Amino acid sequence: MTLLFGIPLSVLLGQLLLGLINGAFYALLSLGLAIIFGLLRIINFAHGAQYMLGAFAAWLGLSYLGVNYWVALLLAPLLVGAIGMAIERHLLRRIAGEDHLYGLLLTFGLALIVEGSFVKLFGVSGASYPMPELLKGGYNLGFMFLPTYRAWVVVAALVVCIATWYMIERTRLGSYLRAGTENPKLMQAFGINVPLLITLTYGYGAALAAFAGVLAAPIYPVSPTMGANLLIVVFAVVVIGGMGSIMGAIVTGLAMGLIEGLTKVFYPEAANTVVFLVMVIVLLVRPAGLFGKEA
Amino acid sequence: MKAFQKTASAILASTLIASAAQAAQISDDEIRIGYLADMSGTYRDLAGPGGLEALKMAAEDFGGTVDGKKIVIFNADDLNKPDVGANTVRQWVDERNVDMVTGLVASSVVLAATKVVEQADKLALISGAASSGITNEFCSPNHIHWTYDTYALANGTAKAVLGAGGKSWYMLTADYAFGHAMEADITKVVEGGGGSVVGKVRHPFPSSDFSSYVLQAQGSGAEVIALANAGADTVNALKTASQFGVTQSGQKLAGMVVFLNDIHAMGLDVTQGLMLTTGWYWDMNDETRAWAKRYHERVGSMPTMAQAGVYSATMHYLNAVKATGSDDTTTVRAKMAATPINDMFAKGGQIREDGRMVHDMYLVQVKTPAESKGEWDLYKIVSTIPGEQAFRPLAESQCKLVKDQVAKH
Repeated sequence: MTLLFGIPLSVLLGQLLLGLINGAFYALLSLGLAIIFGLLRIINFAHGAQYMLGAFAAWLGLSYLGVNYWVALLLAPLLVGAIGMAIERHLLRRIAGEDHLYGLLLTFGLALIVEGSFVKLFGVSGASYPMPELLKGGYNLGFMFLPTYRAWVVVAALVVCIATWYMIERTRLGSYLRAGTENPKLMQAFGINVPLLITLTYGYGAALAAFAGVLAAPIYPVSPTMGANLLIVVFAVVVIGGMGSIMGAIVTGLAMGLIEGLTKVFYPEAANTVVFLVMVIVLLVRPAGLFGKEA
Repeated sequence: MKAFQKTASAILASTLIASAAQAAQISDDEIRIGYLADMSGTYRDLAGPGGLEALKMAAEDFGGTVDGKKIVIFNADDLNKPDVGANTVRQWVDERNVDMVTGLVASSVVLAATKVVEQADKLALISGAASSGITNEFCSPNHIHWTYDTYALANGTAKAVLGAGGKSWYMLTADYAFGHAMEADITKVVEGGGGSVVGKVRHPFPSSDFSSYVLQAQGSGAEVIALANAGADTVNALKTASQFGVTQSGQKLAGMVVFLNDIHAMGLDVTQGLMLTTGWYWDMNDETRAWAKRYHERVGSMPTMAQAGVYSATMHYLNAVKATGSDDTTTVRAKMAATPINDMFAKGGQIREDGRMVHDMYLVQVKTPAESKGEWDLYKIVSTIPGEQAFRPLAESQCKLVKDQVAKH
């Protein structure tokens, strides 16, 4: 057996693959945060709650309306996205242009209210979302057993991440979005409905969170606190990548998944802190983040 | 000097009279009970608002009064923070003259709260907490540990799994005091029973992703993977193990601190076949079923052992208050210890001098989806572990109250 740093190579390969899977989740979640910050300059602390709402929408849909996983994967993001748009339209818009802190406090408050209400309604143990029939089982890769669902998570998350990056960086709609945030007055003079674009962007960010929530539902307990636990790590990922950088969020998400995966083999006690350690180092060396533009 | 002696003895006599008088009455003409628990966090569902409801049921079963003295209930959320818990209890005893505090879930909160209770010479009846240290190195004459503890759970489950042939063990340990204690308790049982611990991984508390740890456990080739963690960590570990085909590959899982609400949340697909130890289960006999039905009507879920324990402990307390006509701590504590506990929770339960309520524990196995006949039909009882075998024997106790007794002999 080939050994690398005293660990069998096969074990290491398995752990790297797992790191990639977790990284895909981080990438998907931090992407939504990065879009919202990049285009709206809002630090969206409700992102974790929106992720949780996505998972709950899927679970409630299945339990009470018989909506299956595949439909939920489409409907839950639409629903949460619509809620997101309503929040932007009626609440966030009122504080547009104010200090970042107001947006942070408002979204944090909303998250607390939503999570608190869900604890009251559903308790904290959470519920179990059954694995969709098509994705049960797994593959024996020789060095590890890979559950089919985890493979699906990586594929789905990466496809959505890359499609989003393409839409914002390479399409006409994306260019309107970017221009609208640079100089809203000029864009409006050209006849572009900038407020609508902003509403759509926040809605899309929320929908991404909900999409991640539905992806997470069959593997993690669907519980009101599932988002709050993840949010801080995801924020660290965004900071490392560079606030607002789309590609930065995707690449850093995957990279942090890998680093965390390796930490779990070599020094598991530090697995929850390693991301923050990286964050501190990055902030010291490159305060704007790895992919951020120096202000 | 004579005059001084006279005054001193007069003071002494008057205090004696005063305390004797106090012993035979109810302070403030009310029996005041405080319910302290995590009402909103990780441990909400295992005790939380349901435990408060169980406490109210006990008060109502007494008709709201004991011999015409009203039973008053206070409650507070300790947020799983020891300082919040200790301050709440201090306020209760200082400002409201609360006689008894119950609920008491997170071990860290309990250790802080019981210190305040001891200083104020009140009584604490602990139902939710796990740490066996509560009646060992941290024992006091002012608290009783009712439902279960880590020693009994590790002892019951590890012995059973070892007996079923699982000789090599791998530990998945939550990296904090409780996890380490649990790990030590399990290791002792395993090595004492001829088994061996072949590896372990200590994961941060709390962790959301267990795939890496499960893979390491899987790679170890151990026959048994023991989960020395609790709550959401255990739930996550079990779910992950099921996805990675751990049981299919012939490895067994042993969950140590698992509650009914955890199994309910995970579902039987994931948890079927799991062995665990519990202090009580709602579907054991007509008495437990009848009480659980009443509880279910009020709360909407079936009670956990911690919630049933709150009811049992409170009833036993109120009975002692009634019998002695007093809410004085020493008097009531003595009466409680002198009376065996025979109710829907325990048969022949006894309160030891270290404050441990010793009663039978049950080794259960989680049913398969085919065996289960309803939402809450989750366990089958495999065996009953007699109380004296389940809990830490007094001979091994580090409790100062027990040492005093040994010294006297």
